[in-house]
Amino acid sequence: MKFLAFLSAALLSGVALASGSTYPLDKAPVDLSNTVSLQRGAAAFQSYCSGCHSLGYMRYSRLTDIGLTDEQIKKTLLPAGAKMGDTMGIPMRPEDAKSWFGVRPPDLSVEARSRGADWIYTYLRTFYRDDSRPTGWNNLVYERSAMPHVLYQLQGELAVEHAEGAEGHAAPKLVKVSDGQLAPAEYDAVTGDITNFLAWVSEPAQDARVRMGFIVIGFLLVMLVVVYNLKKEYWKDVH
Amino acid sequence: MSRIEALQGWVDARFPLTAMWKEHIGEYYAPKNFNFWYYFGSLALLVLVMQILTGIFLTMNYKPDAANAFASVEYIMRDVSWGWLIRYMHSTGASMFFVVVYLHMFRGLMYGSFRAPRELVWVVGVVIYLALMAEAFMGYLLPWGQMSYWGAQVIVNLFSAVPFIGPDLSLWIRGDYVVSDATLNRFFAFHVIALPIVLLGLVVVHIIALHEVGSNNPDGVDIKKLKDPKTGRPVDGIPFHPYYTVKDMVGATVFLIVFSAIVFFAPEMGGYFLEANNFIPADPLKTPEHIAPVWYFTPFYSVLRAVPPMFGSQFPGVAAMGAAVVILFAVPWLDRSPVRSIRYRGPLFKRWLATFIVAFIVLGYLGIKPTGVWGIVPAGIPLLGGAPVATVVAQICTLVYFAFFVAMPWYTARDTYQPVPERVTV
Repeated sequence: MKFLAFLSAALLSGVALASGSTYPLDKAPVDLSNTVSLQRGAAAFQSYCSGCHSLGYMRYSRLTDIGLTDEQIKKTLLPAGAKMGDTMGIPMRPEDAKSWFGVRPPDLSVEARSRGADWIYTYLRTFYRDDSRPTGWNNLVYERSAMPHVLYQLQGELAVEHAEGAEGHAAPKLVKVSDGQLAPAEYDAVTGDITNFLAWVSEPAQDARVRMGFIVIGFLLVMLVVVYNLKKEYWKDVH
Repeated sequence: MSRIEALQGWVDARFPLTAMWKEHIGEYYAPKNFNFWYYFGSLALLVLVMQILTGIFLTMNYKPDAANAFASVEYIMRDVSWGWLIRYMHSTGASMFFVVVYLHMFRGLMYGSFRAPRELVWVVGVVIYLALMAEAFMGYLLPWGQMSYWGAQVIVNLFSAVPFIGPDLSLWIRGDYVVSDATLNRFFAFHVIALPIVLLGLVVVHIIALHEVGSNNPDGVDIKKLKDPKTGRPVDGIPFHPYYTVKDMVGATVFLIVFSAIVFFAPEMGGYFLEANNFIPADPLKTPEHIAPVWYFTPFYSVLRAVPPMFGSQFPGVAAMGAAVVILFAVPWLDRSPVRSIRYRGPLFKRWLATFIVAFIVLGYLGIKPTGVWGIVPAGIPLLGGAPVATVVAQICTLVYFAFFVAMPWYTARDTYQPVPERVTV
């Protein structure tokens, strides 16, 4: 299982990025075999993200794949009025979203495939206070992001410090202005779980895919031995 | 006479079933010295069949509609049983088709498989390659992601550089002023029916033409010259079946192992087979920062970018890109060497071919990257100062690409050659 986790992490982080920012990304702790982390991530996503961001291609019923029972999903994750077979939508109307944020918050079903898990993980941890922005927040990975820092109560407030390097453009540094409810390591764990969950959501079949791959290639290797010997037998008389 | 034989006789009296089997498989005599490079013809056929089969199942769930296309692909990936496997086989198959076809074409160049009497086999092959490019290009629009959309936008816009009729031409291709639902629908029609029919027909013509003249081989020796006086069969030939059917089974199995490794462990292939940007739904109002075609088109895209606009028109670049493909048709008539195979050719051809391959690969690499990838030529250098290094390199490679063909009559006539043996070497 460790190998599977490593493999899926390697594949996800290989995704090329095009966010425009050159801020160095931190390695996301993606481990799809860690169902406890995935479940925590799902719960955190439902509490903090799902007000604005849909997972429009993901069905509640599929959450059984990360070890949740139907009962648990219904009790803790399913919004009132939603059915198990529904996709994870949002209550907000698109026109409201547009007027509140200027843009419609994107669907995050395949965000981990378009931007990469590392991007999401770093993005969630690099919000800082910026009074020039309409939301009062800015982000190091995604400059002028329309999204406010939804998790600031957990992380606390950060401010950016542009240290003047020798060439005048050293990497910006974040400094803590006020403490949040969580210690930095705890906050990293929460955002890591959310990232892990989104990495899983971006392709729920990926564990099955890798498992199937070993079986298929194993079969083909056996077949190779057979067809190779068949060829050798037929070609005996060709000189 | 057994019942099966009776049935065979009944069919043969009405349709040349046994005769066709003998002509193309059972008694088609192929040279016995095929090497590694001779797997790629049958592999191309294998990939074609795989693309058609997976394509049929994708069509059952895909919706060619700008509002639903992206979602229907994710629906296939998540809610359709084995949908992810079918989709990854199809997307990997598209790239692997080009891998196999490029190796197949390189084989032809190396062993002179385009030489008389096989000119038409080569020419039909180039037409297949063109049809394949169209097929791949139109198929790439269907997932309706950002790269699909903007890639199609860029390529269709190339046609508007054609003098006089350009703007009308690109409008006619798109069916709208921008790539839109109308474009998606017609590309879908071309991708799933029009071009596959053309491809299948061309493949049949390619194989019939090949079997008419017989296969070339790594020695470039004509095996029909030396026949067993008793049987009338080429002494260096062996029946395609069972010899090459069992041998191709080995090749196909090795290929499927590589193919499966990609499908199951790295379906995105680090962003080369499935691009990250294509997981963002198409947005006509948001141009991605860097638009690059899929890897198999990038050598030609590099040629396009390497040629500077002239007289305020992009047409020279577009024409050069077209010429880079069309020039392949002329190869059988450009080669003046007395031998076919690289084994008996002299150093001139070998060096030209090696340089050509390097240039082709460099062009392919540069086509994926933005022009600034290698920085800027220092301002102090005359003529080139200030130009992106990558553009200068792409221009040199473009010259090499065309020189390989244009100079071929000269260097192949001037080269030294070794005597070709009477019989094939094993």
